[in-house]
Amino acid sequence: MALYSEKVMDHFRNPRNVGVIEDADGVGEVGNAKCGDIMKIYLKIKDDKIDDVKFETFGCGSAIASSSMATELIKGQPVSEALKLTNQAVTEALDGLPAHKLHCSVLAEEAIKAAMKDYYDRHGIAYDESQFPAAHDCEHCGV
Amino acid sequence: MRTIYADNAATTRMSQTAIQAMLPYMDQIYGNPSSLHSVGQAAMEALTDARNRVAKALGAANAREITFTSGGSEADNQAIRSAALWGKRKGKTHIISTAFEHHAVLHTLKKLEKEGFTVSYLDVHENGLVTPEQVEAAITPETCLVTIMYANNEIGTIQPIREIGAVCRKAGVLFHTDAVQAVGHIPVNVQEDNIDLLSLSAHKFHGPKGVGVLYAKRGVILSNLIEGGAQERGKRAGTENLPGIMGMTAALEEAVAELPETMPKMAALRDRLIAGLAEIPHGAVNGDLEHRLPGNVSFCFEGIEGESLLLLLDDKGVCASSGSACTSGSLDPSHVLLAIGRPHEVAHGSLRLTLDRDTTEEDVDYIIRAVKDVVEQLRNMSPVWRDLMAGKRQFVIE
Repeated sequence: MALYSEKVMDHFRNPRNVGVIEDADGVGEVGNAKCGDIMKIYLKIKDDKIDDVKFETFGCGSAIASSSMATELIKGQPVSEALKLTNQAVTEALDGLPAHKLHCSVLAEEAIKAAMKDYYDRHGIAYDESQFPAAHDCEHCGV
Repeated sequence: MRTIYADNAATTRMSQTAIQAMLPYMDQIYGNPSSLHSVGQAAMEALTDARNRVAKALGAANAREITFTSGGSEADNQAIRSAALWGKRKGKTHIISTAFEHHAVLHTLKKLEKEGFTVSYLDVHENGLVTPEQVEAAITPETCLVTIMYANNEIGTIQPIREIGAVCRKAGVLFHTDAVQAVGHIPVNVQEDNIDLLSLSAHKFHGPKGVGVLYAKRGVILSNLIEGGAQERGKRAGTENLPGIMGMTAALEEAVAELPETMPKMAALRDRLIAGLAEIPHGAVNGDLEHRLPGNVSFCFEGIEGESLLLLLDDKGVCASSGSACTSGSLDPSHVLLAIGRPHEVAHGSLRLTLDRDTTEEDVDYIIRAVKDVVEQLRNMSPVWRDLMAGKRQFVIE
């Protein structure tokens, strides 16, 4: 199908880092089943680095590919770098997404950030709130 | 890798009969039917012949009741617009329809609502069926038109058209049916079915794309969507698509003639496919099982999303469709699945497989295995499925 780039199809067909981390240091879940996509990110953090990351996604091809790519981009990175992940970086790494699928990359960024915030909260680490803007409201169902 | 095309409700492969029927009208009988010379008149002769044959195949009383259009959407638009205009002249501005019509009908009705019409959208229930009693109860002295599809394009349910037509006739209300999914798939007879206006599209029964028919019973006055020349008794301007019309006519005759053979064959394969897919836990068939098109299979599976399901099935050579938001091109899942009461999260996990007369038992068994594998694969990475299995989220489909 020409809907997606080869990169997107590769990450969709062979998603990297699928699964669960039972003793995760941080877990983030964004999206809504009503809207058709939910992403859940599990982080294991060691020495201020993303030691391991796993994801589970309910959603379309680009949602699964965006989750997979986002986990690849932060794996092994220092926490400070992982926090800088943007949806544009995910989209570019996937060689682009169709315009109506860009929200999938936004969800991926938000899922990673939600997991990081959860890590800080669980471990009593102080952080700058402005790093974690509230996840955008779903324009569609108002959730 | 084998390709199994199971998306025949979207479009069909053209039959050889239809292709062969079209060819002479491209380079041999290529005239304009409106021309007076012999080349044009040969084309006019073919056009007249096609009109007679289409009328016969539909059980129409007169070939003058057949208007050739560019397809089902145009026929739907013109049928509804014509009936609405007729109603308005008589001070009748109420229309009855259902919530799960094709968008060619629904969007036309929405426009009419903005122009002052009121529309009652009948409930199609969980089984995807309306009753004649519902129609009868909804008719008021202001009602000018009832428009209800013959068979639904997503879930394949067949409405009690003949009985609804009888109710309309008794009440003196025009009755239009979008029969795009029905013609060539089940017996349709405009006179016996009490139909005033009917739309059909050639490419749904192995004919060419870009051509269709609007049947309008004698006495029903059509108004134009397209102004111009005097083609189609002045009701639809534009030089006739003669190759398309000839291909459609051949495809229609072939499909109708083969119904006694294709219907039971396809229904048996459909039921085999439904039985196979019903083995997948927390999945359910959409729509009534009895009043159903012979080739339609529609399911919802919990915990997965339809677009990813389609992409992975495509990798296995199975061409299908879904009513998920991501495949509908909008933010909402299919209005048909919502109309039969499927919640959004379940409607996102829908799969439609539509067979044709060439589908084999081996194809069906292959599809069953492919769907089972892909559903399992997607559920294994779905946080929704994990929550459902852990009891943190309630199953909708037991």
